[in-house]
Amino acid sequence: MRVEGKGLINRGHPVSFTFDGMRYEGYEGDTLASALLANDVRLVARSFKYHRPRGILTAGSEEPNALVTVGRGARQEPNVRATVQEIYHGLEARSQNRWPNLTWDALQVNDLAAPFFGAGFYYKTFMWPKAFWEKVYEPAIRRAAGLGALSGENNADSYEKAYAFCDLLVIGAGPTGLMAALVAGRAGADVILADEDASLGGRLLAETHEVDGMPGAEWVREVLEELGEMPNVRLMPRTTVTGAHDGGTFGALERVAHHTIGRAGTPLECFWRIVAKRSILAAGALERPVAFRNNDRPGIMTAGAVRAYLNRWGVSPGKMVTVFTNNDSGHRTARDLLDAGVHVAALIDSRHDAPDCAGVRVLKGAQVCDSGGRLGLESITIRSVSGEDKLQTDCLAMSGGWNPTVHMTCHMGGRPVWNQDLEAFVPAEGAIPGMRAAGACNGVFSTAGCLRAGAEAAAEALDALGVAGGAVELPAAEDDPYRIAPLWAVPGKGRAWLDFQNDVTVKDVKQAAVENFRSVEHMKRYTTQGMATDQGKNSNVAALAILADVTGRAIPETGTTTFRPPYVPVSIAAMGAGSQGKGFAPQRFTTSHKASVERGAPMIEAGLWYRPSYFPVSGETTWRQSCDREVNMVRESVGVCDVSTLGKIDIQGKDAAEFLDFVYTNTFSTLKVGRCRYGLMLREDGFVMDDGTTARLSETHYVMTTTTAAAGEVMRHLEFVHQGLRPDLDVNFISVTEQWAQFAVAGPKSRELLDELLDEPLSEGDWPFMACGAVEVAGVKGRLFRISFSGEHAYELAVPARYGDSLFRLLMARAEEKGGGPYGMEALNVLRIEKGFITHAEIHGRTTAFDVGLEKMVSGKKDCIGKTMSERPGLFGDDREQLVGLKPVGPVKQLAAGAHLFNEKEEAVRVNDQGYVTSVAFSPTLGHMLGMGFLKNGRARHGETIRMVDHLRGLETYCEVIDPVAFDPEGGRVRG
Amino acid sequence: MRITCPICGERDRREFYYKSAAVALERPDPEAGDGVWNDYLHLRENPAGVTRELWYHETGCSAWLVVTRNTVSHEILDAVLASEARA
Repeated sequence: MRVEGKGLINRGHPVSFTFDGMRYEGYEGDTLASALLANDVRLVARSFKYHRPRGILTAGSEEPNALVTVGRGARQEPNVRATVQEIYHGLEARSQNRWPNLTWDALQVNDLAAPFFGAGFYYKTFMWPKAFWEKVYEPAIRRAAGLGALSGENNADSYEKAYAFCDLLVIGAGPTGLMAALVAGRAGADVILADEDASLGGRLLAETHEVDGMPGAEWVREVLEELGEMPNVRLMPRTTVTGAHDGGTFGALERVAHHTIGRAGTPLECFWRIVAKRSILAAGALERPVAFRNNDRPGIMTAGAVRAYLNRWGVSPGKMVTVFTNNDSGHRTARDLLDAGVHVAALIDSRHDAPDCAGVRVLKGAQVCDSGGRLGLESITIRSVSGEDKLQTDCLAMSGGWNPTVHMTCHMGGRPVWNQDLEAFVPAEGAIPGMRAAGACNGVFSTAGCLRAGAEAAAEALDALGVAGGAVELPAAEDDPYRIAPLWAVPGKGRAWLDFQNDVTVKDVKQAAVENFRSVEHMKRYTTQGMATDQGKNSNVAALAILADVTGRAIPETGTTTFRPPYVPVSIAAMGAGSQGKGFAPQRFTTSHKASVERGAPMIEAGLWYRPSYFPVSGETTWRQSCDREVNMVRESVGVCDVSTLGKIDIQGKDAAEFLDFVYTNTFSTLKVGRCRYGLMLREDGFVMDDGTTARLSETHYVMTTTTAAAGEVMRHLEFVHQGLRPDLDVNFISVTEQWAQFAVAGPKSRELLDELLDEPLSEGDWPFMACGAVEVAGVKGRLFRISFSGEHAYELAVPARYGDSLFRLLMARAEEKGGGPYGMEALNVLRIEKGFITHAEIHGRTTAFDVGLEKMVSGKKDCIGKTMSERPGLFGDDREQLVGLKPVGPVKQLAAGAHLFNEKEEAVRVNDQGYVTSVAFSPTLGHMLGMGFLKNGRARHGETIRMVDHLRGLETYCEVIDPVAFDPEGGRVRG
Repeated sequence: MRITCPICGERDRREFYYKSAAVALERPDPEAGDGVWNDYLHLRENPAGVTRELWYHETGCSAWLVVTRNTVSHEILDAVLASEARA
């Protein structure tokens, strides 16, 4: 119910929303949880395993129970914690894990069967028959036990990722964080203050404490106003810092638009990577429930949450409240409720020496040992020296003490340390380099203590940053001591809940210990304690304490409980923001892309590049028709193909020649200026890395081409060889792949075409095969290389990339006049297979120069990368699988890349493997299929018949082993 | 993880490409023999502690760096240019 005169909500601004189809009203500033409580809705969920009725336990992101589904269809968001979901007009929320509805859930029978469902139930029960696990047991268990469901549709929301840098990151904007940000901000440091709440202020918004003589919330407002005016301070509300990582890097999730319905143009969430020179963890503390029989009934909440609902949201979760505590902070709940005019039936304090509390009966040394009620709390049973008493109540505020929020300090392997006075873990010092834990998360629980700690932490950070900070006067605030006597579980029969989210009870932990799962890591996995999405924020310490008790050990000896990132669940969509669809990988387009698409060419991916597959003309209905035509065109007239995607590396310097001699197996220092040479590059282990032609433009200037696939790898390799192995060489290189558009002009009529196209015709005799030099096209300075990947008389013409589009169109038009035209990747592939030219299908990382028949290219006169190792035994000889050509000779005329080769009479099994097929194509020139592959001792086996078996495609045929160069083996055409 | 490139300053590790232990800089003489070459190419220490590694500032200045890193704490202790690290 709403309490008049309380809360920071905007009562002038009502907001309507629905929960399970019912319309409710709340106010601006409400969370779904506070608005539901204001409307006396207590039952909001069913538990994970037993389908027990559950209500709201907490008022923050640690909420284990109140998980709901927000939105519909593609925008459906499951497992939203009602305690962090702000309400807005039109918010649609639904409960989860129930059928047919929340008040009558068919699977509540699980709760009756609970005696069978204890720790280890699944492990013990679903053992037999083994095959049943995947098909029967697991699907059934998954249906029964669960959280919310995904819609199954594509996520319609957009997400972003962003980066930020700062001197000081302050995590948490309670009294500690605000004070720290204020001190650092005033000193001029670049500060980011992040807090997961929509309103900054932390517990100051949830308590009635005064700071600096004014209400806490008022002091918060003033501080935020001052911080807001500082250009060096960034405030990041609704931003949960989720993880601390290496090098001062933090992950943070900003809930950008979860509080609005209008999401157009706004991302739903943004995942931040924040790099901070220093950080202050001011994450506060989380209150612990107490384990007692039926302590999970809706209406039983943490005492701090009850105060938060009252003081911040003006809501009392009950009309007749009781408080159960083992420490002083619980008394505040009773006091605040009484001050607000809410009836408090009793304050049960487990400590015999508990203080009094004006206006309420304090039952000292008493404990709550059971609760009653159907779908919500109606009564509690109190046990004291005088026996057991039942008391009517509709809300129990319980406090088992406070756990400092040490989570972030565990993210890099730090283990929290046990503090006996606080009965809680506190952060290990220096667990995260550059981070200081301060305030409640460091075990300081008074407001004054937090303000002081924040100021001190900021001063320390400023000191480390070398920023001078002035003295800051600390505002006055309460400095009450924190007094606690441990109470983890109230003894008694029945089930007392520890982990509300995973339905783990005190009994389960004890059972684990009995079955010898005594290590905390074992207990955890056996019972699933702390393994739900709340990571045991509410339960881990209590479970550890119970394990310690059962095993007769002290808590520190039993172990610690550590946490991993993320602090709260982060959607995959947020972490992968921008990487969906076209954002998955960059797209690289050549200058001829537009003209190719205009011609109807299907574009295929070649690494990140997009290249035309073929250029269909009217009447062609299959790719093969286009491809065959294009091959014939190149063989008979002239074809044009964009080859700009090949890596181009400009190499210059006095020692360029010596450098190339070292990275290539063959010699480039002897190459004449104005000539190109095919080069082979090895890895240091002796296997082939890449191949390509390199042109010498002057004594000290080369242009290397690499394959499209290995362009990046070769660049990296060259830089390594130069910087790492031969820094003495005077050579520089840079990738010019994108600076030059380069087109192959191939075929018997290529010369004729170029003579007509170039500003000056090619002089007779000056352009033999492998010549290169400068040319001009319509006044544009270009480069011409007489090289060929088709086996035809061919050239590659390069111009600065900005002329690529117009040159490609011009080349196509000129080629078409001669009966030629553009050709795509399919034809390019056929042309090279006919000629036995290798690509990365052949030099795939496991083949040597010997294997591909190029061992003579490894110069004996000099050292080069990979030479020594290429000579080791096993990398050459008859046992090696060697490059061969294949031609089908049986009744089946089909070949398949990836198929394996076997001797004619042998069974097609692994031990008989003779080799494999790497590339296949139908050769329109020769009129049959052609293959390239590797065959044991293949060069000596030309003419043999071999069996090809493709187990995957169910294909089998016989092939003749032939020379890899199936067409024009003398090479007359290329030189002609 | 952040690496301080001697040329570009402190950068996110995603700008860098990792190659191997810095041993790769000590290329043996071609005639050093199989054992030495086998060591150089294939055998690596795998310490829990300080290592020297080669990183390439691929999306930055293209410098190869020798990065001294603690594999336990992930702390980057030093980063120098590979071209100057051999001496």
